[in-house]
Amino acid sequence: MSASSKGQNRVVVYPDWCKGCGICIAFCPKHVLAAGPDGKARVVAEDACVNCGFCEPHCPDFAIVVTPRAANGRNGRANGNGAPAAGQDAPESPEQPQQPAPKEPDKEEHP
Amino acid sequence: MSQVRKKRREAFLLGNEAVVEGALAAGCSFYAGYPITPSTEIMETMAKRLPQLSDGVFLQMEDEIASMGAVIGASLAGRKAMTATSGPGFSLMQEQIGYAAMTETPLVLVNVMRGGTSTGLPTSPGQGDVQQARWGAHGDHPILVLAASDVPECLEMTVTAFNFAEKYRTPVILLLDEITAHTREKISLPEPGDFEIFSRLVPTMPPEWYKPYEETLRGVPPMPPIGKGYRFHVTGLTHDLQGFPTSRPEEVKALVERQFRKIDRFFHDVQLVEHVATDDAEVLVVAYGCVARSARLAVRQAREAGAKAGLLILKTLFPFPRIHVEKLMRACRLVVVPELNVGQISREVKRVNEGHTTVRTINRVDGLIITPSQILKEIS
Amino acid sequence: MAEVTQLIHQYLRHNKKFPLVFCPGCGHGIVLGSLVRGVHALGLDKDDVVVVAGIGCSGRIAAYVDFNTVHATHGRALTIATGIKMANPELTVIAVMGDGDAFSIGGNHLIHAARRNIGVTALVLNNFIYGMTGGQCSSTTPEGAYSHTSPMGQLEAAFDIVELTRAAGAAGVSRGTVFHVKALDGLVADALTRPGFNLVEALTPCFTQYGRGNGFKNAVEMFKWLKERAVPLEAYEKLEDKSGRIPIGTFVRRDVPGLEARYAAMREKLREMKGGAA
Repeated sequence: MSASSKGQNRVVVYPDWCKGCGICIAFCPKHVLAAGPDGKARVVAEDACVNCGFCEPHCPDFAIVVTPRAANGRNGRANGNGAPAAGQDAPESPEQPQQPAPKEPDKEEHP
Repeated sequence: MSQVRKKRREAFLLGNEAVVEGALAAGCSFYAGYPITPSTEIMETMAKRLPQLSDGVFLQMEDEIASMGAVIGASLAGRKAMTATSGPGFSLMQEQIGYAAMTETPLVLVNVMRGGTSTGLPTSPGQGDVQQARWGAHGDHPILVLAASDVPECLEMTVTAFNFAEKYRTPVILLLDEITAHTREKISLPEPGDFEIFSRLVPTMPPEWYKPYEETLRGVPPMPPIGKGYRFHVTGLTHDLQGFPTSRPEEVKALVERQFRKIDRFFHDVQLVEHVATDDAEVLVVAYGCVARSARLAVRQAREAGAKAGLLILKTLFPFPRIHVEKLMRACRLVVVPELNVGQISREVKRVNEGHTTVRTINRVDGLIITPSQILKEIS
Repeated sequence: MAEVTQLIHQYLRHNKKFPLVFCPGCGHGIVLGSLVRGVHALGLDKDDVVVVAGIGCSGRIAAYVDFNTVHATHGRALTIATGIKMANPELTVIAVMGDGDAFSIGGNHLIHAARRNIGVTALVLNNFIYGMTGGQCSSTTPEGAYSHTSPMGQLEAAFDIVELTRAAGAAGVSRGTVFHVKALDGLVADALTRPGFNLVEALTPCFTQYGRGNGFKNAVEMFKWLKERAVPLEAYEKLEDKSGRIPIGTFVRRDVPGLEARYAAMREKLREMKGGAA
């Protein structure tokens, strides 16, 4: 899955909510994120994202959204069993939380 | 008289047991407590009675702090809830009393006062918790403190305590003493309709319009039970109208002022006293709790001996019924305040005196009661 | 994964100030996410969920979530939660506490809540330190760790939360970490569905007050530490050298009805007896 979903994902960091803790940067297996001049995370290699499912739930400030682009028959849901990246970084992920279908992938509501 | 009225149910009850009758008559369905002399009979009676109600809950908690916590939780969930305790347990409860006052959670706390500080005199009467009842929780907070002096009054004042708690969204402390709690008297049991029962106002507006701590005409915002669609935040931090923490001076000030105002505006409703021969009194006794019984006899004996003595029994201790005391003070040459402490309500009496008259105190802290003859000696 | 963040937004109070009040790298926000996903996974109505939080950094969680929320006094969250659950057993009651809150000042309430098996989910955010008051040692601070009140290293032993609550009689005890967030999601959701008292201990790093004083360079290092030290229970049991390792997973899972259910049954029985007598 990692190879096939490469280049299929859109990664957005809300600068207002990011506190620059660096967790997403340190653990991203594909180095999609890097620290900007303000210390906050920013997207530097979006095409490399495999949607491993690490950064979004690990962001303590709900500041990252990873959205699969125009998913055709693929909802982009992180697959903890298949992706080597997920296997490496979240070794104890026996079950996925049930999640609703993604909606309006390109529109980020920022409250 | 064609029809004989249905005979009222009567019972020979302890003051503590009468508290339970009053609580149940007022609609109490939740009790959480911790055993402590001399209040334990309230808990034991509740343990038998509450499970018999369709929704009654009785809990024995691990300590008095937990008891108050459970009572607060139950009240937030919409129940009329109470606890009872004595001296040391009352000290432990202070933290949660403050929380209930800050969050404006209705509840009733019966404190059966025993003698002495610390473990003191567990089986003797005292009235040493009076100022603690008013000021025990830290910080400025409004509170209602009531007292009862005999068994029927234990019942009535418990009903009153629940009504006040619900009406004003406040913790109400009912102070008894070991003598009143452990005296057994014949009383008639309440029938439905005997008392006017007040239940808290609940919001009727749509949830999105609801502000849990909004200023209202009475100063008492309506309070929905948890789980009915009004998802609001309850916090012991100073909070804004929505219930969320704030430290903005104008919001903090408005909150504290409203909390006091909701009681201050209704002194006429909450300040309860009983007058005994005060109309033409020249010598006035101000008493509460078991001491009021001794005072009643002393005043009668003084009257029989020709002295113009009167008695003002305080059923509300705080907010101190200043207006009632002050009015009588102006007409009396002497005011006597007998108490089972070193002088706690007498501080209030002296505070409102402002040179109108002479105030004398009778204090007893040896674990024994103030006798009628002790009072009689002072007033004749 | 976009749904993760979108989902969170459905459950946050948007009139509250964001970003969250927590320090950069604090794991509390991650636990907050697990809590929301747990509630969502079970399809619970927001109106039927009550979050009672204590005092401390973890207590701030209550204000952010759009449930019925109570920010209790320090250590007393479980007492209020007990009152709410007994008064209305239909509600799903979650007590969110910190380590100082749950195990120190609230330790007595914790063991008794476990003993009486009240149907409350206790979610304890254990960061080994009193964070809000500025970094004093707590009853879970590891031996030897530095804090403002253990400047020469903590002399006292730390509580083993799992053994403590197991011995006290809890129906469920589990431990997760904010690094192993998917597993934590599962533990929270499981605890929410089960009867009786279920405790989930979530290890969450506090870099500001604990990490800095104990040799961690940044919050990321603390997450790495969790990643290395925490081992799933099954694997942990097979380890020859267990020193320095922390087992995670579910430790206790007993099917015992909650106190509220047993109480209702007692009332019912009383009524039947009364009905029979009459």
